[in-house]
Amino acid sequence: MDQHQNGFDPAAVAAIGSRLKDRPGALMLILHEIQDRFGYVPRGAAPIIAQALNLSRAEVHGVATFYHDFRHQPPGRDVIRLCRAEACQAMGAVALAEHVRGRLGVEFGETTRDGAFTLEAVYCLGNCGCSPAMVLAGELHGRVSLARFDELLAERKEGRR
Amino acid sequence: MLSKSDRDYGTPPRTSDRLVTLEVDGREVTVPEGTSVLRAAALADVAIPKLCATDALEPFGSCRLCLVQVEGRNGYPASCTTPAEPGMKVRTKSEMLERLRRGLMELYMSDHPPDRAACAGNGNCELHAMADVVGLGEVRYGGDGRNHLAARRDASNPYFAFDPARCIVCSRCVRACEEIQGTFALTIDGRGFNSVVSPSQHQPFLESECVSCGACVQACPTDALIEKSMLEKGVAARSVTTTCGYCGVGCSFKAEVKGDEIVRMLPHKDGMPNHGHACVKGRFAWGYATHPDRVLRPMVREGTSDAWREVSWEEAIGCAAKRLREIQAKYGLGSIGGITSSRCTNEETYLVQKMVRAAFGNNNVDTCARVCHSPTGYGLKTAFGTSAGTQDFDSVLHADVMLVTGCNPTDGHPVFASLMKRRLREGAKLIVADPRAIDLVRTPHIEAAYHLQLLPGTNVALINAITHVVLSEGLAKEDFVRERCEWPAYELWKKFILEKRNSPEVMAPLIGTPADQIRAAARLYATARNAVIYYGLGVTEHSQGSTMVLGMANLAMATGNLGREGVGVNPLRGQNNVQGSCDMGSFPHELTGYRHLSDAATRGSFEAAWGVKLDPEPGLRIPNMFDAALDGSFKGLYVEGEDIAQSDPNTHHVAAALSAMECVIVHDIFFNETAKFAHVFLPGSSFLEKDGTFTNSERRISRVRKVLPPMAGKADWEVTCELSTAFGYPMHYAHPCEIMEEIARLTPTFAGVSYEKLDRLGSVQWPCNDKAPAGTPVMHIGQFVRGKGRFVITEYIPTDEKTGPRFPLILTTGRILFQYNVGTQTRRTANVVWHHEDLLEIHPHDAEQRGVRDGAWVKISSRAGETTMRAQITERVPPGVVYTTFHHQSSGTNLVTTENSDWATNCPEYKVTAVQVMPAAGPGAHRAAGQGADARAAVDR
Repeated sequence: MDQHQNGFDPAAVAAIGSRLKDRPGALMLILHEIQDRFGYVPRGAAPIIAQALNLSRAEVHGVATFYHDFRHQPPGRDVIRLCRAEACQAMGAVALAEHVRGRLGVEFGETTRDGAFTLEAVYCLGNCGCSPAMVLAGELHGRVSLARFDELLAERKEGRR
Repeated sequence: MLSKSDRDYGTPPRTSDRLVTLEVDGREVTVPEGTSVLRAAALADVAIPKLCATDALEPFGSCRLCLVQVEGRNGYPASCTTPAEPGMKVRTKSEMLERLRRGLMELYMSDHPPDRAACAGNGNCELHAMADVVGLGEVRYGGDGRNHLAARRDASNPYFAFDPARCIVCSRCVRACEEIQGTFALTIDGRGFNSVVSPSQHQPFLESECVSCGACVQACPTDALIEKSMLEKGVAARSVTTTCGYCGVGCSFKAEVKGDEIVRMLPHKDGMPNHGHACVKGRFAWGYATHPDRVLRPMVREGTSDAWREVSWEEAIGCAAKRLREIQAKYGLGSIGGITSSRCTNEETYLVQKMVRAAFGNNNVDTCARVCHSPTGYGLKTAFGTSAGTQDFDSVLHADVMLVTGCNPTDGHPVFASLMKRRLREGAKLIVADPRAIDLVRTPHIEAAYHLQLLPGTNVALINAITHVVLSEGLAKEDFVRERCEWPAYELWKKFILEKRNSPEVMAPLIGTPADQIRAAARLYATARNAVIYYGLGVTEHSQGSTMVLGMANLAMATGNLGREGVGVNPLRGQNNVQGSCDMGSFPHELTGYRHLSDAATRGSFEAAWGVKLDPEPGLRIPNMFDAALDGSFKGLYVEGEDIAQSDPNTHHVAAALSAMECVIVHDIFFNETAKFAHVFLPGSSFLEKDGTFTNSERRISRVRKVLPPMAGKADWEVTCELSTAFGYPMHYAHPCEIMEEIARLTPTFAGVSYEKLDRLGSVQWPCNDKAPAGTPVMHIGQFVRGKGRFVITEYIPTDEKTGPRFPLILTTGRILFQYNVGTQTRRTANVVWHHEDLLEIHPHDAEQRGVRDGAWVKISSRAGETTMRAQITERVPPGVVYTTFHHQSSGTNLVTTENSDWATNCPEYKVTAVQVMPAAGPGAHRAAGQGADARAAVDR
């Protein structure tokens, strides 16, 4: 789950690497698993992955930075992923994005100062029938109105206490 | 950035039996199947605009500038990624294509520094050239949008700079690093607009995995990646094709010159050893050639405690000749001699041995190859009939299994290593037999199938065990042996090898490698379609160096791995002209072409040509010269281009011998360690300052061309001529080509060599004669040079250099990429950024036992002497083995090596020294002495 925010643990990265290194497409699997475990792909992971797969650090770095989905900084405790693709835009995602930025006080790609939320843009969650869509703390929500967003945010803050 | 004079066909050539004929802009052209439309067009002299494509790299299809129209097809395919097809009608020019290309170029230029005059490519820049080709005038977008113009420049590498503002992200650099060099140090960070070329993890080049080979700089179509020397000096006015003076790969270069200054060294695209590639030494580390330490005036002195006196050439040469004559008068004909160098040209080496034999009247001539590859000469001559490797470098592209032993190609022979790595990435299998985990054992995309981590000194035990498996498991190719080799000798040898004492199981404890690994590796080698052996000084510099060479020859013959592409037994020569210096008759017992002095016919031809009577008895080898000096019978020595005081083993012994001589003449570009014992110093000329030839590891004779005038006024060959003349044996040549003519006349394997032919063909591999006018890439096809191949029994005899309670560890030595041999050249370049001192590699277990900490000073002692250096704790070496390089004079590695040597050739046993390692408080006393040596200059300049 991507809400774990453990510190970087080289031994854990090495263990992930040695477990998955012989699978087809191992590099992507390893990067995903590291992000699931730590919430991001720590810089220090690349040399360990490179060693496990007999790649260069450059190659690992190139792949890890190519995909927007891989984070390079630890995220907030919860990640909000707001869809900004066409269908959602047509159903009010532009206004929603404006509202969310204002509510959280951050831009896309940033984390609130208290470390509670990271706001990320995503381009289609495959939930176009229920636009606008958003993922909060790993859970998909459809038909997110401005009010619904505030409600979900409050619930999440409540739930955490 | 490429050289302006190099033609680029856009994509690499393809080989195919099937040919394809197509039409490009109405011109018919026929190309091998698989050739791109871009290349086909270039072959038809139709230049399609391009940026991301270059014929050194596989097509990529990213810049979209090379798009074309194909009759009957929709759209505008990129010609670089579109294969030529039969009957295809291609249009490269149309109004639509021009509009598209102009639009693309406009986008490129909109994010490129607008000041064209500031482009360091100045005329060579492909981006600006393409802007002209597509007729791009102004850029309509203005400078207000987002762009990369403020990106930070990376000047961390001492030799080149990277300016992302000038980068068009075509990935040529990334692909060059992968495909040509095989290091994979570069990538693209991010995507889309944020894409940026990234060394390793978006780090400065110097902190990344980059090995500074410069392939990326050469591949860059703009001035984003550029040599700092070009930034400083501008674009060259002319170029001279010549041959690198570093290792035995012998890369061909274009020296680009402006006035009397070198702007850059650009590897020659048509150079056969390197195909346009180079390493950090050849491409960048040439600054030593004009270093202020160069001694430019001849010097003499009475005794070695006297001050040097700068004198004229005439006085220095006259003085040297007079003293040598006086010594000979007093102590006899055999009391003087000379040493030739593998750093000098064939012509120069030839002249030195000629002077010794014809002028001095004895055969006291030897070469520094004595201390490196003399066992190669002996072993391969005995087995096959020729003292040289069997293959050309490109042969490796046909190998299916490589056995790499006693060499470290990625450091010692980097350009050839890149070729090996290319073949390994294509799927060839690798066996590394080496005490140390060299990079090839595991490096991105390369992993050895087996690393046989033998203990230093057990090579012969290992090769016998491998061969035992081949024979006992029925893997020998006896039909090959029956046809090509001496059968009775084979049967005798077979009986010996099959004895149980040679089995992996019995030998394994001595070798230190598990028997099952030896068995598996032997099977892999023996069952390969094509298996090849590459080796280096880790084979030869042992008390059984010659035996190991013979053992490898036996293995190759028994498995039929000789006489075609992809196989063979190949020494990787350390220095640029090791092969050549041996070919030229530098050894005391041989005339040119490895013909023994005792052969009256050979001797007769030289006597006729030289007009003197030759002594049929072999003269002194280098170690014999030292011994004779110590017993008072050898008193005068001429040393050309070699630093025996630093590079020969057991420094104390060498120093004592040199001190006992009455006249030591050092002929060198720098005031080296040996010069401290000298009476006459003659300034040498670097490879950039003279004409001649070098012969590389693959027997390839390449021209060395004078790029600059000799800094001290005379090329080495001229000095030798004058010394000989002054001594009383006149030598006059107007140009080195006349020396080569004499060599060709007197040497059957060189009979077809001439400067005219070398200019015409670029290079030739000997034998080059009537039977093989264009030279011989692969030897022993159909028949061995000696007729039938000879199996020699290779009994394993452990070295006398044994570990014990006093000296429990084995010290072995090697090289690092950034430095070269004793460092005379590379230490005088920016390469010291990467390697500024030699370190002692020691296993964590041995370090812990001794309380040695990483980076701390240690004392290394052997029965010969002691030295100090810093420790590096690493698992590259196994427990019981320590390792160091010998690039720095201050390390004093040879203070500890012993005078043990190969039984057949006296090649020193550098690779095995029993030592003890203990923590030290700081650097030892010899280091202070070394500092003094470097500060000597005050006296003589």
